[in-house]
Amino acid sequence: MHYSPVITNAEIAAKDKDLHLFQYVEDPKQCEVETFVSRGGYKAWKAVLDGISKEDVIETVKKSGLRGRGGAGFPTGLKWSFVPKDSPKARYLVCNADESEPGTCKDRVIMERDPHAIIEGMAIASYAIDCHLMFIYIRGEFTHCIEKMETAMKEAYEKGHLGKNIYGSGYDLEMIVHTGGGAYICGEETALLNSIEGERGQSRMRPPFPAIEGLYACPTIVNNVESLAAVPHIINRGAEWYASIGTEKSKGSKLFSLSGHVNRPGNYEVPLGFNLKDMIYDPAYGGGMLDGKKLKGVIPGGASTPFLLPDMIDVALDYEALQEKDSMLGSGAIIVFNEDTCIVWVIKKLIHFFRHESCGKCTPCREGTGWLEQMINRIEAGQGQPGDLEKIEEVCGNILGRTICPLGDAAVMPIQSALRLYRDEWQYHIDHKECMVKSNFELK
Amino acid sequence: MILTEKSIAEIKEKAVHYPVKKSAILPALTVAYRQVGHVDEVIYKEISKIIDVPTLEIAEAATFYTMFPKKPRGKYLLQVCNNISCALRGSDSMIAHLENKLDIKLGETTEDNMFTLIGVECLGSCSTAPMIQVNLDYHENLDKKKVDSLIDELKAKKD
Repeated sequence: MHYSPVITNAEIAAKDKDLHLFQYVEDPKQCEVETFVSRGGYKAWKAVLDGISKEDVIETVKKSGLRGRGGAGFPTGLKWSFVPKDSPKARYLVCNADESEPGTCKDRVIMERDPHAIIEGMAIASYAIDCHLMFIYIRGEFTHCIEKMETAMKEAYEKGHLGKNIYGSGYDLEMIVHTGGGAYICGEETALLNSIEGERGQSRMRPPFPAIEGLYACPTIVNNVESLAAVPHIINRGAEWYASIGTEKSKGSKLFSLSGHVNRPGNYEVPLGFNLKDMIYDPAYGGGMLDGKKLKGVIPGGASTPFLLPDMIDVALDYEALQEKDSMLGSGAIIVFNEDTCIVWVIKKLIHFFRHESCGKCTPCREGTGWLEQMINRIEAGQGQPGDLEKIEEVCGNILGRTICPLGDAAVMPIQSALRLYRDEWQYHIDHKECMVKSNFELK
Repeated sequence: MILTEKSIAEIKEKAVHYPVKKSAILPALTVAYRQVGHVDEVIYKEISKIIDVPTLEIAEAATFYTMFPKKPRGKYLLQVCNNISCALRGSDSMIAHLENKLDIKLGETTEDNMFTLIGVECLGSCSTAPMIQVNLDYHENLDKKKVDSLIDELKAKKD
């Protein structure tokens, strides 16, 4: 399968004693089980099966402060502890590799270049919740990632890291690589579970939460690729080590996908709390604005997170600092746009996405995203009318918090923030029937 | 049967690992789509027999997902990601360029049935934008020259 490797900061990660996700990603041999093992791979999995109790594994991950890297940031160890210990049912672990939040392309790098790290993390998480059949749900378009994961899984079985009686411990663990059908909503955990069950990918009402009643109505934990890939390192090096990276409340390192108008779009591993301005301008990362243009704004955490203005970017990339700026860390997808970008055009692209990806189950999201798209397209086409902005705000208010899953909120949050931060430009668009600046981005 | 022995074997191999039969629907649809290029009622019925799940349930799932189109498309499906990260890097202009080069509009297929051009939502290629997915392959970090040589190469391919 053809694909292009993305720029990473593996060289920096290899020298930094704390960075661990991207340490070996520039070495093609890292995909092979022998190389992976020679660098300490599956060591944590062995140690766990050798005699670390399930409770201790959960406790270690809790203490490490690891939080879900898919976007919601829920504490990983705490999530695991919700699986009822006395349930007579089977338990399932699902790795969420349905990466599709616009701007996000980090999980694919781990699947492409360090697939065994994911399998090892999944195995340890499975053991912690007493699961014997684990799944990785990969978005269907990622054919090359699917192949890499299937090859790695085969190797892991052959070398006895998966299967029956692993390392003679008596523990059995099977794995399934499951592929999606091209639906963003399946990144939402309950829609993902429906999708594995062969259903339409629509969200489920919670409670019950998946940890109680998930896949096939059994206790299920769904974790993001990046979260799981960090787990073996936490077991090997200890919770204290992991908790020493990052900030007081945002622990560990995080992958950021940088895209848009920067000189070096790429995927970069940095400790949480890294400065966003440095991410954009430092030559080792974004390398500054493309063609020397002026910065107009940043979406810091994927298409569903609120915007930051240029005077807001001197901010730490962590859960709390971005929240203080009324935005979110999300999936760590930083989308940068320059002065030639029309804000209404940006929102037009985003709302088209959310309207298209709404699963149709909840009326506010299904109908509301359609209305929003119509109104925003009209404004963008120079046919905006007085009162349109207020109408958009009203529709947004009627979607927010009124849907089963967060897709409705995700669609609304960037629009509300764009209306707040770039109000003049929206008004200009309506008054003058045209863009303040035209987004004519030519293919080079 | 439209599905080949190879596809049937592949579907069966995948299905056997799931604790519940219905879970094999998406894997089966994926195998079928890769062989045939589309998935319609005739194929739903064939899958139904292979994995022992009612045809209706297969149709119900299949029609939700964009990756299982019911109608055949050109030999090469050109999917241009047109979401924000790609758009900032010129995907609108890349679509216009392809429309000109292939003499079709977005959503159409060339007369010789070689190319279908569609715009799609984020394909997770944001830091390697702009991109086109050609059938299963990702072509990333594209510029005009690369797009032109990609199309020329596909035209010249004889398989």
